[in-house]
Amino acid sequence: MGAVPVKFYQVGSFAVGNRLLDPDLASVQSDPERANSLTSGHRACQGCGEALGARYALDAIMRATKGQMIAVNATGCLEVFSTPYPETSWRLPWLHSLFGNAPAVATGVAAAMHAKGRDDIRVVGQGGDGGTVDIGFACLSGMFERNDDVLYICYDNQAYMNTGVQRSGATPPAARTATTQTVGPEPGNVFGQGKDVPRIAMAHEIPYVATATVADLRDLEAKATRAMEFRGARYLHVLVPCPLGWGSASCDTIKVARLATQSGLFPVFEAVNGEVTSSTKIRHQVPVEEYLKLQSRYAHLFRPTRRDDVIKKLQAMADRNIERYGLLEPELAPAVPAAMSNEPVEVA
Amino acid sequence: MLKQVEGSMAVAEAVAACRPEVICAYPISPQTHIVEGLSRMVKAGTLTSCEFVNVESEFAAMSVAIGASAAGARAYTATASQGLLYMVEAVYNASGLGLPIVMTVANRAIGAPINIWNDHSDAMSQRDSGWIQLYAETNQEATDLHVQAFLIAEELSLPVMVCMDGFILTHAYEQVDVPEQAQVDAFLPPFVPRQVLDPDEPVSIGSMVGPEAFTEVRYLAHARQMQALELIPQVSADFKRAFGRDSGGLVRPYRIQDAETVVIALGSILGTIKDVVDEMRDQGVSIGVLGITSFRPFPLDALREALAGAKRVVVLEKAFAVGIGGIVSSNVRTALAGQPTANYTVVAGLGGRPIGKDSLHTLFEQAGRDELEPLTFLDLDHELVERELARERANRRSGPSAENMLRDVGAVGPRLH
Repeated sequence: MGAVPVKFYQVGSFAVGNRLLDPDLASVQSDPERANSLTSGHRACQGCGEALGARYALDAIMRATKGQMIAVNATGCLEVFSTPYPETSWRLPWLHSLFGNAPAVATGVAAAMHAKGRDDIRVVGQGGDGGTVDIGFACLSGMFERNDDVLYICYDNQAYMNTGVQRSGATPPAARTATTQTVGPEPGNVFGQGKDVPRIAMAHEIPYVATATVADLRDLEAKATRAMEFRGARYLHVLVPCPLGWGSASCDTIKVARLATQSGLFPVFEAVNGEVTSSTKIRHQVPVEEYLKLQSRYAHLFRPTRRDDVIKKLQAMADRNIERYGLLEPELAPAVPAAMSNEPVEVA
Repeated sequence: MLKQVEGSMAVAEAVAACRPEVICAYPISPQTHIVEGLSRMVKAGTLTSCEFVNVESEFAAMSVAIGASAAGARAYTATASQGLLYMVEAVYNASGLGLPIVMTVANRAIGAPINIWNDHSDAMSQRDSGWIQLYAETNQEATDLHVQAFLIAEELSLPVMVCMDGFILTHAYEQVDVPEQAQVDAFLPPFVPRQVLDPDEPVSIGSMVGPEAFTEVRYLAHARQMQALELIPQVSADFKRAFGRDSGGLVRPYRIQDAETVVIALGSILGTIKDVVDEMRDQGVSIGVLGITSFRPFPLDALREALAGAKRVVVLEKAFAVGIGGIVSSNVRTALAGQPTANYTVVAGLGGRPIGKDSLHTLFEQAGRDELEPLTFLDLDHELVERELARERANRRSGPSAENMLRDVGAVGPRLH
């Protein structure tokens, strides 16, 4: 029997105190010299997952590039809440052009830097799921296919939140949005695959693809940092709950994101050159219901009548992810809840 | 250097001599030869410190140019027709952001019906996009205008569209004095941007602007174009001193001295019109031509001055505003507001329809007698139109009009000669 591992974890959570870590492993946010790329005073909603994700990702990249970076932003919440004229929350060179062209604009910036022999200046494109998986998709695929030297970050809150919560190609089945309302025999969004852009990105065989959530911000930082070790097209897909659009409590943003990963609905993994190289294992598996219940966009699955048929289909999607990405440790594998449990599950 | 060269290649060489740092391109006829030429120069290493990006659409082409220009690089692209329409959102964005991108538009019709041949519908659709629009009469002028365009664009921090007639110019081989590298280097200084994405001095570009300042920001775009009215003739004069050639400027008068009738047009058709005017002048007809090189900004004062003695103007244009008529002519009317000058609009050359001297002779003679309708479609086959209208009256489901009319026409070729 080996040595008993030191438990760094706080009671009831997986959070690791920075003071217990080697300084090299500490969060970028614990560094008083951090860039504050997206600094305070912006107008994001309380509990906004996107603001949190962008801050962690960009500060990590600023550290990795020693401040030599340029960001290009698609139209959307992140753009609107950060730059109401004449104020800006950006402490880095930042360009917003249009909704559907951020990857191409980023390509242009990267091309300019290369032409000027300034390859030390790195380029990040970023946008929400609408700007990425829908309207910006052709530009994104073009940027991937040419392997342009751009890291593109999608902050996925699973709908068009800035325009008032309309369905996007990243909206999950059954979810309520303003254009998939809870009326008729099949309320909410239609069932289908949706656009799984991380996998589509992998199909382009670009150097680096990763997913992350705001539930594990250190993992997000590590992936943003790792992305900068590669040249060429890179893609980071970050799940960022939206309290407004999802109908979750502002204080539950992290919890909802964690349940998305612990249920298997949102797989967290890394892929290099088109092959998955690692996935983050589920620590405490929960049935999807635990995730769904915290969000009013799924309320119609529970009342007035419980829609076990729909919940089962959503569970099947989670199970498919768990199998595809090996999200359970082998000894935990049998714990896949074939039938839904109504038992309360310990959640971190 | 004097060369027997295709118009597209002459333009490509002139653009290359301007030392662009980022060129992005998507193929569309009749623009494609220009970017093919440039891609070859970059690949071969004769055009250095330049990135050639093969993008996936025209929308991406303009977007890449926007990113490159905002990052301080001299950016160039070329397009035409549907391609220009496909990039429209980014076209407006480039001018709104004040990015000095230069773009060639190899003028071509817009579908439907799909048509690859020349007219001005594409560029005219973007007349209010905030771009400066310069129209070339010849391949020499198209070549020279590109060198001037970078200077004008970067001086004003505004994008410039150089419009040249598709096929008629782009695909014509003729003698062109292609600017030498050393000449261009002496004429065109390196790009010093007004705004730039720089990690050492970070700025935010592209913020949301509300009602409190939107009018002022938009007015500034207009004010800059008004500055262009001063700058364009100045750059043209500087160019003449440096290269020894007359190219560019706002308007180009030809034999308008004391002319009762002045024909106004843009682009390559000016050559044919001048030939007709020469012939008519030989017969004692009092007629002249005024070419408009700068359509945006529109040179109201220059037109008013040039047309001061004219009794009538005939505006011959290769595009029209469906539902009202002339586009150029309504701009000319603004210049002539309060003047008694008669204004005739002639729509000609749509979708590559040749504009022949015979038709022009007849047209200008009718104009001289004030027998023209306010709006004329040159060489319009009324009978063909009538037959289709009759079909529509007879049958609810009369079918697709374009195909019906083509069937009536029969063989296409003979009509064009």
